[in-house]
Amino acid sequence: MSEVIWGLATSHVPSIGAAMDRGMTADPVWEPLFEGYQPAREWLAEHTPDIAILVYNDHANAVDLDIVPTFAIGTAERYRVADEGFGRRSVPDVVGDPEFSFHILQQLMDEGFDLTVFSELDVDHGFTVPLSVWTPEPGEAWPCPVIPIMVNVIRYPQPTAARCYALGKALGRAIAGYDGARTVGILGTGGMSHQLAGARSGFINPTFDHMFLEAIEKDPEKLAALSREEYIRQAGSEGIELIMWLVMRGALNAEVRKVHSAYHVPASNTAAGLALFDNRTAQPT
Amino acid sequence: MNKLFMSLREGNARREFRADEAAYCRKFGLSEAQTTAILGRDWQAMLDLGGSIFYIYKLAMMDGLSLQYLGGVFSGMSEAEFKAAMLAGGRTDV
Repeated sequence: MSEVIWGLATSHVPSIGAAMDRGMTADPVWEPLFEGYQPAREWLAEHTPDIAILVYNDHANAVDLDIVPTFAIGTAERYRVADEGFGRRSVPDVVGDPEFSFHILQQLMDEGFDLTVFSELDVDHGFTVPLSVWTPEPGEAWPCPVIPIMVNVIRYPQPTAARCYALGKALGRAIAGYDGARTVGILGTGGMSHQLAGARSGFINPTFDHMFLEAIEKDPEKLAALSREEYIRQAGSEGIELIMWLVMRGALNAEVRKVHSAYHVPASNTAAGLALFDNRTAQPT
Repeated sequence: MNKLFMSLREGNARREFRADEAAYCRKFGLSEAQTTAILGRDWQAMLDLGGSIFYIYKLAMMDGLSLQYLGGVFSGMSEAEFKAAMLAGGRTDV
């Protein structure tokens, strides 16, 4: 039996990673964002799981429009940090866990989620920035092995929020049935409201984002019921990335304890959000 | 067009593109309108002709341009104006 001990939702804006890589976190533009991360980082540093699962999307780096998997899982022993065109971020490559990946793959397949399999995968900022939000100074290695689950949020039509939430629930059951790890952390990434292209570029919707931050904790079904079009209307064409938070939330218990949340506008063109949930059923007093 | 943008992740491809952009567009079978949009760096036309922002951005990066610059182009602002609008809380009324 493995237990998901925490769920972390965070934006994965590339400039957040760049600000860290270039030592700009104390810059007045960036300082409030990183200040908001601090309580979550301190808590996470004391609660390192045996394995983590990170739900993210690729941004035209590992996959292009030739083949777009709706849902995919990595089964590799290692995942290289992608070169997005101008060199790799100087952060460690990611160590995977093929045995756990295969367990999840098979369990999800048996539940009707036919995931695409990546035996080899370079992970881009969508993956490494959340790892940096979690662990700002990883040194030689990230705190534990990490398994990628990839969701298509770029090519229309994206999966529904309801399907993402259902995937998360099945993922939670798959994790619970695994004997090879004691504790698991799960990350849902992307969002919050933003739109990068077209007449609405620069769009931010703090009202929607605050509703989402509240509901992801207390009423995820409400978010799972929103249509693709509603996400794009309310959160922008790239804000639909928020459906990946629902995969994370689905894998957690109905009742969770919020450790910390933060919200900051802007990280480049994006509203950056973070929410950390303690999922342990036996809560320490 | 998106395949062309994707190829620009490689240094060799960027050099080939820079040496003769029109020839590089022909190599990828682009239409005349797409080629004109790329040669003229008409970012809105690239979107209209099927370009995806994450792919178009590969070309912008090569040109040393930011997503704030592109955001300004799409919304009729300068890069500085667009950055200021984001710092002021983003465009909440669109």
